[in-house]
Amino acid sequence: MPTGEHHVSIVATEGVGVVQERSVTSASSSTVLTGTAPDASRQRRPPTMSVEHATKHYDTGTGTVHALEDLSLEIANGEFVCILGPSGCGKSTLLWAMSGLHELTNGRIVLNGSPVTGPRPEMGMIFQDANLLPWRNLWQNIHFPFEIKRLDPKPYQARIRDLLDEVGLAGFEKKMPRELSGGMQQRASIVRCLSFDPEVILMDEPFGALDAFTRDEMNLLIQKIWMETGKTIVFVTHNVTEAIFLADRVVVLTPRPGRLAHVFPIDLPRPRTIDQTFSPEFIKLILDVKRTIQSGAQTTNGGSGFAVD
Amino acid sequence: MASELRDTIPTFGSTGSEEQQDEVSLTNWSALTNASFAKSWGEVVAIVLVALAVVGGAEAFIRLRDVPAYTFPAPSAVGQALWNNFDLFRPHLSATLQVMCIGYVIGAVVGIVLAALITQFPFAEKIITPYVLLLVTTPMIALVPLLVQKMGFGMAPRIIAVALAAGPMVMINSATGFRRTDLARIALARSYGATTVQIFTKVRFPLALPMIIVGLMVGAIFGMLTAVGAEIVGSGEGLGNRLMFYSSRIQMANFWAIIVMLAVMGILIYVVFYWIGKRWASWQA
Repeated sequence: MPTGEHHVSIVATEGVGVVQERSVTSASSSTVLTGTAPDASRQRRPPTMSVEHATKHYDTGTGTVHALEDLSLEIANGEFVCILGPSGCGKSTLLWAMSGLHELTNGRIVLNGSPVTGPRPEMGMIFQDANLLPWRNLWQNIHFPFEIKRLDPKPYQARIRDLLDEVGLAGFEKKMPRELSGGMQQRASIVRCLSFDPEVILMDEPFGALDAFTRDEMNLLIQKIWMETGKTIVFVTHNVTEAIFLADRVVVLTPRPGRLAHVFPIDLPRPRTIDQTFSPEFIKLILDVKRTIQSGAQTTNGGSGFAVD
Repeated sequence: MASELRDTIPTFGSTGSEEQQDEVSLTNWSALTNASFAKSWGEVVAIVLVALAVVGGAEAFIRLRDVPAYTFPAPSAVGQALWNNFDLFRPHLSATLQVMCIGYVIGAVVGIVLAALITQFPFAEKIITPYVLLLVTTPMIALVPLLVQKMGFGMAPRIIAVALAAGPMVMINSATGFRRTDLARIALARSYGATTVQIFTKVRFPLALPMIIVGLMVGAIFGMLTAVGAEIVGSGEGLGNRLMFYSSRIQMANFWAIIVMLAVMGILIYVVFYWIGKRWASWQA
């Protein structure tokens, strides 16, 4: 288990639609998700973040939507977790709750031992839209967090230059956002997020608006950055391939109410390549995940129901 | 983007009203910024030639047809009057400019501040908007006789009229700008722990700035119109007063000289705001 140290098996036993008898057949070396305590080597790293019984209801014109229902999850320090599910499964809601931008109806998020009650300096968020401020050039956009945080950017200059270099944006500092392509804008937003060196990075379908080629490129970039920096990354996506490509663990949610359907540890060696996504092993994982999502979507009550293969 | 956001995340705390609009305003800013000036010397020559032809044609027509000066003075006569009598006009020009500037600054500041405030409180906005519309649509010159009756022929009534004409114009456009809440970018700022004040100064205000500039320009032009109108209605000084004075004495060359001065003032307002817009709002092109 080459990357086993990343996998602290999650403990998701309470009232969640976790099917413990289901075996993850594809990656024979991977841990079968069980409710029992994970072995000692897997617990070396304490959880950075834990989601405890997260429940979120909100009222719309047509009634109450149960976006999240009693979802619990632990994320280890330095782990790359992808949250995967169909539209409306509450995955973004979960991420926004983690970021402290939204409150939960019930339950809580704990980061580094203290409950999250609002945005925290240890976290950085990357949105679906690059979200650059159109009236600022690239360089000024990257300094936006420093202005808000009233942080002196001087000690970070070298870091920002390196990051711009790494994502291929060196020399574009004076460009306005509208002069940059979608991929460049999103890379700029990644630099903006990494610039102030957050410990945890939350990504909300960051590449959903990009074309397939750019998306591959961005996934490779994110993997590289993650391997170099060892950040904890929580990545929300509805793209199965992307999730498996990036993640240490893929967390699958069921839609309405959003519950934990299953967690797939991904033990593929790193660095992963795009070619690898066409390997039989990878495709088997994709099919497994897709089956889980489909069976989850068919289960209207979201209860225990997961069709066992 | 923001609409997609709201599908999954409908509640957004207390920041921002519900609408995300790309409204079409009365004054389309892109129509201003896209106006291209001369690109080459050939174009400059053509523009100058046409201008000369228009002015020269008028001159020739008036001379050849012997149009009397009290009907329509020749452009050369107007130019002469402007040159020779400028010392006579100057105190009136300065009176008009003073009224305009003081009234405009008061109106613009109050307008922007009020717009920023009421857009934060949608309910207050609903209550106040009809009165603002009333101020926008009613010609403020109509108030001048009343104000003169109460306050005399000093500058005060005219300043009040200008402020009342310019202020609501600035306010209504600025409010449109401030209402463009960009939920995604506000969320971005909040994710860095931004305070309400920071969200205002770093996101809301820059986002509203193009509309504020449009409002300031429209307000300035309305302010000028109202200043001149107020001088015509009730004042012993100012360019508007001179218009009445010279037309009553049938000194049409002087009358037209004043008109030319007013036209130049209006164009200057336009040009100044064109450049301000280009400098501060070009990102919105």
